[in-house]
Amino acid sequence: MTRDVMVTGVGLHPFGRFPDATVTDLGVAAVRAALRDADDPSFDAAFCGTAYAGVAAGHKVLAAIGLTGVPIIDVEAGCASGAAALMLAAGTIRSGQHDTVLVFGIEKMPRGIIRSSFFEPWREEAGLAATPAYFALRAQRLMRESGVTKDDLARVVVKNRRHGVHNPDAMFRKEVTAEEVLASRVVCEPLHLWMLCSPNEGATAVVLRAAGAPGGTSSADAVRLRAAALRSHLPGSVLDEGTPLSGLTGADPPPATTLSARDAFEEAAVDPRDVDVAEVQDTDAARELLSYEELGLCPQGDAGSWATDGVTTMAGRLPVNPSGGLLSKGEPLGASALGQVHELVAQLRGGAGPRQVDGARVALAHTVGRGANASVVILSR
Amino acid sequence: MGAERQPAPVRADLFSGDGLVGGRCHACDRHHFPAGALCPYCGADQVERVTLSRTGTLWAWTAVTAAPPGYRGSVPYGFGVVELREGIRVVTRLTEPDPARLSHGEPVRFEITTLPADDGTTVTTYAFAPAP
Repeated sequence: MTRDVMVTGVGLHPFGRFPDATVTDLGVAAVRAALRDADDPSFDAAFCGTAYAGVAAGHKVLAAIGLTGVPIIDVEAGCASGAAALMLAAGTIRSGQHDTVLVFGIEKMPRGIIRSSFFEPWREEAGLAATPAYFALRAQRLMRESGVTKDDLARVVVKNRRHGVHNPDAMFRKEVTAEEVLASRVVCEPLHLWMLCSPNEGATAVVLRAAGAPGGTSSADAVRLRAAALRSHLPGSVLDEGTPLSGLTGADPPPATTLSARDAFEEAAVDPRDVDVAEVQDTDAARELLSYEELGLCPQGDAGSWATDGVTTMAGRLPVNPSGGLLSKGEPLGASALGQVHELVAQLRGGAGPRQVDGARVALAHTVGRGANASVVILSR
Repeated sequence: MGAERQPAPVRADLFSGDGLVGGRCHACDRHHFPAGALCPYCGADQVERVTLSRTGTLWAWTAVTAAPPGYRGSVPYGFGVVELREGIRVVTRLTEPDPARLSHGEPVRFEITTLPADDGTTVTTYAFAPAP
């Protein structure tokens, strides 16, 4: 008999650029906030997600506040690093190994197009390590196969930036118009600069506790972690986030996001139609629309009509990225997946203020990126 | 000028004058690129090096307008995916940097192109060009 996992505390350091703070400082702020929110400073183990912070980055955060001694495990899984840490932490609780586990994600990203040790130097020299170009090829394919237009891509940006106005922890808090988005410079056709998220800095922390274990937040504020799934890609798709140099013709294998979503929906015993609010990977505007289809939130081929019809705006049937998404918050790799969890816990507690989705009971968080790594987290109240 | 060295390929075993050098797996009969000692689909070690078709069709394309990290060549440059008749899709530079001048399924042909390298020398790499 496995045990249920509750989220008893969340905390974050805002996402943005903080030249005077170290990545350790950001982590300390998030961890202290989460432990305060959980109303109990003790934990049995800690998992830290980060891609760029280096060796023993999580240890440095907990050493700064005298909380070492427990096992501390640093986890790298690209954009899904924080979710990978969450999955591992939840597993130790379900199995009975630990009662309370601290999970956090920290990052200070380099500026501009992210230079990744993932690519061999020759590939950079040949111009074949252009990350936004891969995003653009995926966007072009989505436009060809799902009736998505450039106006739809602009709509996603307008939506998320509008949501972000109400998020004090976001980097960009100004509304934009579709005309402005389409007037920003073309990075890689069909993607314009404002359709791409900005790498930045931030930290998020979450406290997990076994249901029924003593201590922690009152049950009124408790949110249940129903599933935390992580998958990599199957070989064969030239456009998967593993960014291979070749793939096979014909139908692609199911993408990592789909594999992860299937696992999560099964583990949570939840149907995609039950989801009330979602935070999905919007590295670029097309990625958000592609995610609707890959997650099974909308039928294959319907991403364009979902965008045009405003299904995922705050007034729509399934609000997506009420936090403003990465397009408003920016993307600190290790912190972004848990940033989604932070937002959804606020939504499920009914404490999201002007960006509250009324009556939200089931929430889904999704990240996908280099590796490929794709994570899906399902929470409920 | 006669003493000037021929530019070296950006990576050995990527292509020859005849085309891209890929691998064909005798266990699962699938092709891959670049050629590896092991099949990336089934892990078998019965992989034969083969020269892939010089011609194919354009499957996806864009243009890179700002130099990505580690790249010393000019921008914009074409970037896309071509389908070859061996049943593979290959990520490649495209000689056409204007996306509006390209279309899905149009014929393309292998070419060798020259680029400035990180260390100030010149290197060659592969590209595909429209082949009307």
